[in-house]
Amino acid sequence: MRFDGYQIEGFFDETFAAPGVPRAGYQPLIERIEALSEGELLRRQRAAESALMDAGVTFNAGTDGGTERIFPFDLVPRMVPASDWEPIERGLAQRITALNLFLDDVYHDQRIVKDGIVPAHLIENAKTYVPQCRGLNPPGGIWCHITGTDLIRDRDGTWYVLEDNLRCPSGVSYVLENRQLLKRTFPAVFAAAGVRPVEDYPGRLLEALQRLAPAALASPVVVVLTPGIYNSAYFEHSFLARQMGVELVEGRDLVVEGGFVTMRTTKGFRRVDVIYRRIDDDFLDPLTFRDDSALGVPGLFDVYRAGRVALANAPGTGIADDKVIYAFVPQIIRYYLDQDPILPNVPTYVCSDDEQRRYVLAHLDELVVKTANDSGGYGMLIGPHATADERDEFARRIEAFPRNYIAQPTIALSRVPVIAGDGSFQGRHVDLRPFILHGETPWVMPGGLTRVALTPGSLVVNSSQGGGSKDTWVLG
Amino acid sequence: MLSRVADAIYWMNRYLERADNIARFIDVNYHLSLDLRGGDEQWLPLVATTAALPQFHERFDRPTRGNVIKFLAFDRENPDSILSCVERARENARAVRDQITIETWEEINTFYLMVRHEAALDNVTGDPHRFLSNVKTTGGLIQGVTDATTSRSEGWHWGRIGRMLERADKTSRILDVKYFILLPAVTDVGTPLDDLQWTALLKSASALEMYRKRYGRIAPERVAEFLLLDREFPRSVQFCLHLADVSLRTITGTQGETFSNPAEQMLGRLGSMLAYSGIEEIVTAGLHEFLDQLQRDLNTVDDAIHDGFFALRPAAATIGGNQ
Repeated sequence: MRFDGYQIEGFFDETFAAPGVPRAGYQPLIERIEALSEGELLRRQRAAESALMDAGVTFNAGTDGGTERIFPFDLVPRMVPASDWEPIERGLAQRITALNLFLDDVYHDQRIVKDGIVPAHLIENAKTYVPQCRGLNPPGGIWCHITGTDLIRDRDGTWYVLEDNLRCPSGVSYVLENRQLLKRTFPAVFAAAGVRPVEDYPGRLLEALQRLAPAALASPVVVVLTPGIYNSAYFEHSFLARQMGVELVEGRDLVVEGGFVTMRTTKGFRRVDVIYRRIDDDFLDPLTFRDDSALGVPGLFDVYRAGRVALANAPGTGIADDKVIYAFVPQIIRYYLDQDPILPNVPTYVCSDDEQRRYVLAHLDELVVKTANDSGGYGMLIGPHATADERDEFARRIEAFPRNYIAQPTIALSRVPVIAGDGSFQGRHVDLRPFILHGETPWVMPGGLTRVALTPGSLVVNSSQGGGSKDTWVLG
Repeated sequence: MLSRVADAIYWMNRYLERADNIARFIDVNYHLSLDLRGGDEQWLPLVATTAALPQFHERFDRPTRGNVIKFLAFDRENPDSILSCVERARENARAVRDQITIETWEEINTFYLMVRHEAALDNVTGDPHRFLSNVKTTGGLIQGVTDATTSRSEGWHWGRIGRMLERADKTSRILDVKYFILLPAVTDVGTPLDDLQWTALLKSASALEMYRKRYGRIAPERVAEFLLLDREFPRSVQFCLHLADVSLRTITGTQGETFSNPAEQMLGRLGSMLAYSGIEEIVTAGLHEFLDQLQRDLNTVDDAIHDGFFALRPAAATIGGNQ
């Protein structure tokens, strides 16, 4: 396959600076691909897909989890030069440091509210604010240990933070699986490119989790808590447990006994010290949160409050990735760190502000509207692509419940070439989700999940909405 | 090991063994039917072997070859069809992905994809042999890969207990159903047809060659003895229960000849009973009654394992905690 007919169409293209002119680092890859015999790339692509299917590297699509599919995957990697990566790495570390300070503050004195930076009503009315967490002190004052932050690039190539995911971000398992596949597919190009490794993620994750153990235990018992095999990210949960060599548990495996969380084993009940939980706050403990939750562990929150088990992420982190709070992150960074943000936010209109709401309602055909707490590309209006009826419907919803909505200009996301079904290369929009671990200090994984909107022209990259992924090579 | 994980590994193995046995039953019956005239094809006993007669009659009028194969191989409504078993085995495997080796998982996953594919094609009944031998081969492959890649720690032993209890149950069912379907036709005794049918029975348990090495000629009582009491044949009930017993004691650390929980007690008792039985007295007292009791006892062992290891309640913590 050749890149001859590949069209840039006025977008920022990650691979080509201009037609036929590859960006820094891409030349050897393009030469290699074009040197492959006719049909060979497509054959390798199919082979990679069937390897994923046989290995059961799948996710459950749809809300009922009924259909199991592989996460579509495109063989041509996306590269990020060292000069781009350096500010991203610093910017993400800065951001998570500030957000952890924010979390600790909103569950204690709320200085940031008293000082008039963030309006009190935004916090009080947030679905994700957990009043039960007030006054709690997670180990080291760190609330969010695992973050997946979504970055995008505009038409001029500027990197922006699109959203912070501080609850249970998923996708890191695909980063590691994609890397294995890519190394097998382009071994020589990979070796020569000087790609930074991502393989130490599970080891670092385990280390960060072990640090949280309540007492100074020689070998604390860490587990991964999953909602079960019908959860869309189940593959990832089992993958991480396997990579870390810890137990993968479901809520029904855990029992609160004698003031501790224990797991039911064939030889009795065994104490658990740290839980990497991949279920939402609401479902953690039916006695404290939703009483209809069958996924959680009755009494867990009391043990947590008593400091006898650690949870990662801590309950209550959702307030920091509320999409309305997002609009305040630049001020949050300035307030706690007295620094300018290294990575810019996408300009954001907060609908609870009267003036900003009026602007949003008048410009719905240009804007992307998002609800404060939905993820996975649900609850979203892309103004330019929506029908008049859909826009009217959103206008009604915004007026009824302004607190729940933000709007942003429609960003012409950058594009990458993907292997299309007809055997040509076509441009598709992408974002990038790097993962950040916060043990003693923040650590940013060099790379992350490049998500691709596989539908031509689509700006929605979520796997639940037909998105795929690519391996991401951070160079140098 | 987590109780849920032990439970899932146990059932994953039971379902794989069940799928393997059902494929074996159908295949042998199919080949047997080729030697019989059309009207004499016997397909109903096969359904009886899997203890699913009522479900079959609910769904089909007549026990034709096509209906029975469809019911036993691909019917999702039949919880013991090959498709249902493989789906549940894979479901259990998925639930313990972190506990089984990648090799085992990939074999089970491709097995599942293969069976699902064949079920969708829906053209197996004409010549089922290729599909059925594929199922049997894959069953052996999964077991071989598992044995070659899995440490002999607790999980492996739970898997073996599941496999062995299932196999003991299926072997006893083959014997039970066939014995009573085949035996009553007194006029057939000693005829080529009779020989053919006993041969088929042994084949169902992959026991024909080993039986011939042991006894040479086919004789009903010897067949029963071989499948129930043989100490060396890996599909005999006695042999299976012995291995299950060894694995359970390895897990608990309990010495032989003693017991520390109801499951060990019942399994040990059942093993001893078989070890000190002779086939003549069993047949005299009634083989069917004997097998019926054996199957009930196997169910009791299964219940005891479930209560004692998989479904622990907090109140019982001290019982399990000091072993």
